[in-house]
Amino acid sequence: MSNPQMVMYEEEFNQIQVIVDRLVREANAQVVFIIDKNGQLIAAAGDTEQIDTTSLASLTAGNIAATGGIAKLLRENEFSTQFHEGERANIHIQLVGNRVILVVIFDNKTSLGLVRLRVKKASEELNHIFEALLRKVSDPNREAPFAEITDDDIDNLFND
Amino acid sequence: MSFINYLSREINCKIVYYGPGLCGKTTNLQYIYNKTNPEAKGKMISLATETERTLFFDFLPLALGEIRGFKTRFHLYTVPGQVFYDASRKLILKGVDGVVFVADSQIARMEANLESMENLRTNLAEQGYSLDKLPYVVQYNKRDMPSVAPVDELRALLNPTSVPDYEAIATSGEGVFETLKAIAKLVLTELKRGGAGAGPGTGTR
Repeated sequence: MSNPQMVMYEEEFNQIQVIVDRLVREANAQVVFIIDKNGQLIAAAGDTEQIDTTSLASLTAGNIAATGGIAKLLRENEFSTQFHEGERANIHIQLVGNRVILVVIFDNKTSLGLVRLRVKKASEELNHIFEALLRKVSDPNREAPFAEITDDDIDNLFND
Repeated sequence: MSFINYLSREINCKIVYYGPGLCGKTTNLQYIYNKTNPEAKGKMISLATETERTLFFDFLPLALGEIRGFKTRFHLYTVPGQVFYDASRKLILKGVDGVVFVADSQIARMEANLESMENLRTNLAEQGYSLDKLPYVVQYNKRDMPSVAPVDELRALLNPTSVPDYEAIATSGEGVFETLKAIAKLVLTELKRGGAGAGPGTGTR
């Protein structure tokens, strides 16, 4: 499987943000995140202020990686959905196109059924966007994004 | 695999600290965490056993400053060093942009160093990476211990390709930031060359 660098442009980001904003509303969720499989946060919506998003992204990616490892042992391709139920908060984790992770955190103001339904629709839309984004990034004519950086720029970063 | 976000103007890179059990990978991260300004770091996460051995990984997000208006953010990870956690080590190497091999300088740990380095090569190869093409530095840690091998000997054994290498005492911080700066610099240089985030570009899974 090709595994090119992840790059996010304004156009695609805006498309993604529309979907996650809508998912928060339609699923009546607290927070929605999009994370890449390496643990980088791509987009977020909802009440994100109370959450350490960087840690959450890294741990979720670790979780998906570990679950993927278990799937491999069982000769499954992937376990694409995970659900963890807590006393107050629940978390629904969905692998989208084996590339990014859609995380929905919700409480008892909504139901797992509704979340699953809305996640399914959002996943399909997100998959299209990420496929298009990957095609754009994989374009061999695309300029190296940081070709204009000089060695001096890099050196300057490390001058105490 | 680095992640470049044009919207928030951020470059995110992943650096993995690899090495045999108890060589000081977590100690490197702890020292960096303790000595970094609060605004430049996130929370350090350690998924460890009750006896403080790394079970899955340690994670430390770090901001190193700006290059041409882009914030550079590095995600530092350690792997669990103990031999039987190999399945977890493989997972953590996914999407890596640069590797720090932390060697234990003690003569008694030489075999463990070699075994871990071999394991690193194997696990990278499984994901389509080659250690020889990846930004990579070596740290000879625990230089303060009583029975350590001479650096020349360590170098001959563990650094045949002559990548940048550093002596260190991670508990007191000696060599820790030098190692980090070296790997960060190599990762950014690779990014500048457009090396698909220093990854394999066509990495297979």
